Amino acid sequence: MRYIEPHGHMVSRTTDDYQAMVTAGCVAVCEPAFWAGFDRGSVSGFRDYYRQLTEYEPARAAKFHLPHFSWLCLNPKESEDLALARDVLAIIPEFLARPNVLGIGEIGLNRNTRNEMKVLEDHVALAVAHDQLILVHTPHLEDKLKGTQLILDVLGAHRGVKPERVIIDHVEEHTIQRVLDRGFWAGITLYPDSKSSPPRAVDMLEICGRERIWMNSACDWGVSDPLAVPKTALEMRRRGHSEDFIDAVLFRNPHRFLSQCPKFRIAAGAGA
Amino acid sequence: MPKQPTRSPSVLLPANLQPRAAVDHGFIPVRAKLIEVAAFLDRVERYGAADDFRCAALRSAAEILVDGRPERARRILESLSDPTTAPEEKSSGKAALGAWLPQPTARGARKVKGKASAARR
Repeated sequence: MRYIEPHGHMVSRTTDDYQAMVTAGCVAVCEPAFWAGFDRGSVSGFRDYYRQLTEYEPARAAKFHLPHFSWLCLNPKESEDLALARDVLAIIPEFLARPNVLGIGEIGLNRNTRNEMKVLEDHVALAVAHDQLILVHTPHLEDKLKGTQLILDVLGAHRGVKPERVIIDHVEEHTIQRVLDRGFWAGITLYPDSKSSPPRAVDMLEICGRERIWMNSACDWGVSDPLAVPKTALEMRRRGHSEDFIDAVLFRNPHRFLSQCPKFRIAAGAGA
Repeated sequence: MPKQPTRSPSVLLPANLQPRAAVDHGFIPVRAKLIEVAAFLDRVERYGAADDFRCAALRSAAEILVDGRPERARRILESLSDPTTAPEEKSSGKAALGAWLPQPTARGARKVKGKASAARR
């Protein structure tokens, strides 16, 4: 089995996780910029993080022959300080030409505030101006439904946004169809206690179809499972879904979306 | 509550569908989770915390399980969601809690900010 992990915060994981992922069939990993667990206090703190995502982490993954790609942004959790956000967004273009950068992400909303909305709009404008793919984080728990709708409104209001170049992540049963209806891609995150479990993820595929959907573990420094994607393949097999169905969801779909960025290239041995 | 999306007309089930297998595989883990819900509700009563808004939201959401209508997962998620539509003026600085707590007004009553619809399906 081959699969792409399209959303993993690998700077938070051990090298053992890289080894386990490659052993399970992972052929590429993509890492969106993320919150560190505390608010970074300066632009230089973000610059160091972007260097980690574009220099150090790809080299660490390469030790396991795993291509590593990244997305850059300021996380919605850090959007309340508008002055810092403006200064951080100003340095992102310095990194966009780096060979493993796929686009702007994960941007979005956290607690659905006006400042978060402003920074989201600025990120969207930045992505459009630089012709970048966009990866969107949707809020947690009770904030997800409202936040998803606000995000759809922001994206819909920008004339330069092409829905087929945007993936809206962490969808659940109450948000997936409204994302797909607007022409965007939808990401299902397999995460303990919040977001989705493997059985619910496969339910969503059976109900909504498998087009424009990817799955990811979003493994990070919290309780999470870097092997959640291949474990979901087991759930599909238990239900009698074909190997072609599994390959479409876990490999061909993310490959199709990510290949819209010409820098997303993986070895021919991966069967792409 | 935002407008409902269109529902998918088709269901993508495996070609060799085995209904009994779905029960065989899923029943024991789900039975365990249901008992966990019951034990949790017993526990918060025993501890005098049953009137916490999250416990009340959980009891209300649980009614959806046995109302005989489909799309239970979607409707439970919606029942636990913030139904308002306007952005918040500022962040509380706190994490999401899992159920929606209406904002208190100056008089102590609960106020629904920017609520578009009270529909809870």
